[in-house]
Formats: sequence, structure tokens, C-alpha cells
Amino acid sequence: MPESLIHARGLTKKFGDFVAVNGIDFDVHKGESFGLLGPNGAGKSTAMRMIGATSSRDAGVLTILGKDPDKHGPQIRAHLGVVPQQDNLDMQLSVSENLYIYGRYFGLPRAFVKGKIEELLTFAQLEEKRDAKVEALSGGMKRRLTIARALVSEPEILMLDEPTTGLDPQARHILWDRLFRLKEQGVTLLITTHFMDEAEQLCDRLIVMDKGSIMAEGSPASLIKDYSSKEVLEVRFGSDRNQELAEKLRTLCERIEELPDRILMYTEDGEALLGQIYASGMHPKTSLVRRSSLEDVFLRLTGRTLIE
Amino acid sequence: MAVAIAEARIGKWGERYYSGRVLQLLERGLIAFRSSTWMIVFSGFFEPVLYLLSFGYGIGKLLPTIDVGGETVKYAVFIAPALLATSAMNGAIYDSTMNVFFKLNHDRIYHGMLATSMGPLDVALGEISWALIRGLSYACAFMAVVAPLGLIPSMWGYLAIPAAVLIAFGFASIGMALTSYMKSFQQLEIINMFLLPMFLFSGSFYPLSVFPEWLQFTVNLFPLTHAINLVRGLCLGHINVALAGHAMYFVIMIICGLFFTTRRLNALFMK
Ligand SMILES: Nc1ncnc2c1ncn2[C@@H]1O[C@H](COP(=O)(O)OP(=O)(O)OP(=O)(O)O)[C@@H](O)[C@H]1O
Ligand SMILES: [Mg+2]
Repeated sequence: MPESLIHARGLTKKFGDFVAVNGIDFDVHKGESFGLLGPNGAGKSTAMRMIGATSSRDAGVLTILGKDPDKHGPQIRAHLGVVPQQDNLDMQLSVSENLYIYGRYFGLPRAFVKGKIEELLTFAQLEEKRDAKVEALSGGMKRRLTIARALVSEPEILMLDEPTTGLDPQARHILWDRLFRLKEQGVTLLITTHFMDEAEQLCDRLIVMDKGSIMAEGSPASLIKDYSSKEVLEVRFGSDRNQELAEKLRTLCERIEELPDRILMYTEDGEALLGQIYASGMHPKTSLVRRSSLEDVFLRLTGRTLIE
Repeated sequence: MAVAIAEARIGKWGERYYSGRVLQLLERGLIAFRSSTWMIVFSGFFEPVLYLLSFGYGIGKLLPTIDVGGETVKYAVFIAPALLATSAMNGAIYDSTMNVFFKLNHDRIYHGMLATSMGPLDVALGEISWALIRGLSYACAFMAVVAPLGLIPSMWGYLAIPAAVLIAFGFASIGMALTSYMKSFQQLEIINMFLLPMFLFSGSFYPLSVFPEWLQFTVNLFPLTHAINLVRGLCLGHINVALAGHAMYFVIMIICGLFFTTRRLNALFMK
């Protein structure tokens, strides 16, 4: 049994009468990369803040490295590198000053922090912007700086709340690569996202959350296996005809999902199913056979698409 | 390394709220200050000097001497300590209200700070100390102007500097505490609306004994009255137990200010 770094049982957070996180249970093990996947308002960020010891829970058990955040906030936060959903850089300082002072906030010696700045500037690809004020950075650059800043204290657990929002595809792939390397060095990653590909790429294990509760838990592959079929056939008949044909399609396939613009059919063999559709005299305007993804898992679990 | 540093405080006083990082926050203040607007800094220093020149010279012509604590002193000697106390107050208030309000409401900087191994008391103390330093430097600069002019008759007057620390600390703590509850710039104006009458009525320019009793009583509740009495007592060498009472007023202000600021930061950023 691997060591459980983060342990949550019945973890609950309320805002007034509203239950934002509703009694969730999970364990994050040392060295793994753990994902929280869910639509807007699912409670991902709220859960992250409780784990980050910057938000108190209303019920349940939560320990981070065996410590209770209610009692040992500063000690827990010393282990963490936090990338919040919204950047909170120091706008009055330059890029390198931001990295420097953040290290100092952890109590780290000046020489140590100064030694880290170069490495982090390279990490964030911001060497040329080292003396620029943060205000003058683009959104993606700020994001990269926030991520680099989280590493200044060499954290054991890196918590990333939607790390790649605002990054261009290239920067996104570079970040994924960097995160892989950190993981190889033994850093535990905790990531929230609503990008399916990101979750599939980055997470060893994940929980799918909706409305404050956990809908499913497992590795991306096992979730797909458990909650979806091997392949998905997507057909479009035009928005007005989709609905009337759905009934007929249902006779050909066990599970179909009607979306506003297309119909998804869950099957083990997409091409064969498409053949059957043509054989029954239906002619979709477009069709596509693809492998199942976490998007399909999510649709199955919640009846909704993740990105509306 | 960050972990070992944080664990060193386990079991120590206030470990949930405080990690001993006031110096680091001052370091941040200094880095940010280097690129800030110097004009604002100087205007805060010149204000009391201008008051001294216009009132000390102008009214000093009409009223060459004034009786205070059984001693007759020149008018400028009477107002100089009050202006010193006021400049300590003004410096402290500026940073702990406007600047803090901006950071609390229009910047996410405290979120960032509190995600590290610091606690809300570190942030409160750090900001307050920064404000205190500004108040203290105004007081020192003012002292450097008035002492050579012979406006500080007693050697006890040197203690006006530590007294200015206490005064600035008190005003900064209360200023930050109040600011942390304010929701808009308009509400923040209330603090400023209070400052000017307090300055005019706290015995800066004439003794409180000219007031009717009820007004004397009210004015004696104001912090600036105690600040002025404390500094004036020291500068004139009128040492008595009342000075300890004035100092106590500020100690209580500091404790209350720190308590409420920490509590409020906790409620705002750690909820
Ligand atoms: N400080 C707060 N006060 C009141 N309600 C809040 C607060 N923070 C979050 N909520 C509510 O809690 C719910 C969960 O919010 P949370 O930010 O955790 O969602 P999320 O899963 O991170 O969503 P997103 O993908 O949009 O970031 C939302 O309904 C939100 O309105
Ligand atoms: Mg979120």
C-alpha cells in the first residue's frame, strides 16, 4: 500500500446553505498524479483550497502528510506549491522579484532563493522578461510565472488548479512535459482541469466531480472501460432531423446520447454500426468513428457534456 | 528546506497564525517601494513642516509664549511636539489604509502570501510594520528639522522617537484593522474625515483647557490627544505618570488592531 499523502473522508464545505463540496472521500499517494475533473461549479477549486490549507472544512476528515490543516496550516503549506485558478502575482514587482520574494515568504535564505531564480526563469521561458513588471506580461506569461513561482520552495506536492487555461497549445505541451519530469523526480501532482486530453495525459488516477460529489474514481483507462464503450460513432443528420431519427437509431445500438448538434452511439465496433445505419436506409450528413474518451465517461455519469 | 523552517515553529506561540516572517514582508515593501512614487513620500514629510512655519511664525507673532504644565514656552516649542506626533500618525495611516485597501480589494496579493507557510498574523504585522516605518521616518525627519532650531528644550525629547514608534504602530494597527472591514473607497473616506478634526481639536495648537468640560472629555478619548500629550511631555521634559497612561493607550490600540486585523484576514482569505 503506497503512502497516502492526502487523505480525505467525508470532506465537506458549505457556503451558507449551499454545499459546495459534499462529503467526498479520496486518497492521493506519494508520487502519483491525481486529477479532479468536473464542470464549472463542481467544487474542484473549493476542494483544492481546503487541501491547500487556505480554507477550513465544515465537516469530515482531512490530513495532508498526516497533519490536520486546521491545526498545522503553515507546516502543511510549507510542503505545497500552489498554482491557483486565478493568478495572484505581485503586480508591483518584476518577474524575477516575484520569484525571489515568494521564496522568501517560505522563510528560505536569500542565497538559496537567488540561486533558484535562473532555473525558474528558464522553466517559465521568461528569461527575457526577468526585469519586466508583471503587469506588462501577457496572460499566458503570467500563468507560466505563477507555475514557476509555485516551484520556488521545491514542494513535495504541486497543486495546479486549471494550470493550462490561457496557454497556447505549444506552451501547454511544454508544461505537460515539465510536469512529467517533476513527477519523475517524485513530486506528487494534484491537478484540476476540464480538459479531457489534459486529464488523460497527465493523471494516473482521477475523480470525476459534479455538484460537489464524486461521480467516479479510477485511472483514465479504467474509467473509460467501466463507463463507456470501446468506440463512439458520432453521426449528424442536421439539427432538425437528429431527434426524429434518434428513436430509430436506438434499435441499432444499446446506448445513444442525443446532443443538440449530433448523436453519439456507444459501440464496440463503430464502422460496423455505421454500415448497419446505411443498411437501414438512413444517411447521416457526417459521421465519425473515434475511441471513447473521458468526455464520454462524463456524459454517461452526469448526462451532460463537460464543455457546453 | 521550507518544511524544516516551518516545523521549527511547531509548538511555539501562535503557530497557526504566525511564522515569524515580518522581515520578509518588510523586504517586499522595500522592493516595491524602490519603484514607487517618491512625491507622495515627500509630501507627507513637508506637511507638518509647513504647519510649523505658518502657525509657528504667524501665530507666534501674536502669541509669543504659552503656558503649559506650569512652564512658559515659546509658541513654536508648544506646537512642534504635536506636529511630530501628527506626522507619525499621518505616515502610519497612509500605508495602513489606502495601500492596504487596494491590496485587499483590487489585488490578489494576500491570497498569494497566505498560500505560503506564512500566516495571517505575519501579513498583518508585516503591513503594519511597513506603515510604522513610514510614520517613524516622518517623525525622525521632522525631529531633524526642529531639534536644531532649538524647539526641543529637554534631553528627554530624544525619547520622542521611540514614542513615535509606539504612536505609529498604534495608528497603523487600528488603521489596518478598520480598513480590513471597509467595503468601498467611500467608507475609507470616513477615516480621513475623522483625522482632520482630530488633528485640529487634539490640542495641537492650543491647550485643551480652553474647551468646555464636555469637549475636553470627548477630545481626551481621541488617540491623537494622547499621542500629543506623550510627545509634548517628553519634549518639554515634563515627566510624570500620566505619560505612562498615554503610552498604555497605544499599547492597547496595538493589541486590538493586531487582533482584529488577524481575525479579519483569516475570515477573508482562509474561509
Ligand atoms: N467564497 C465563496 N462563497 C460562496 N460560494 C462559493 C465560494 N467559492 C465557491 N463557491 C461556490 O461553490 C461552488 C463550487 O465552486 P468552485 O470554485 O469550487 O468550482 P470549480 O469546480 O472550481 O469550478 P470551475 O471549473 O468554474 O473553476 C460554486 O457553485 C461556487 O459558486
Ligand atoms: Mg475552479
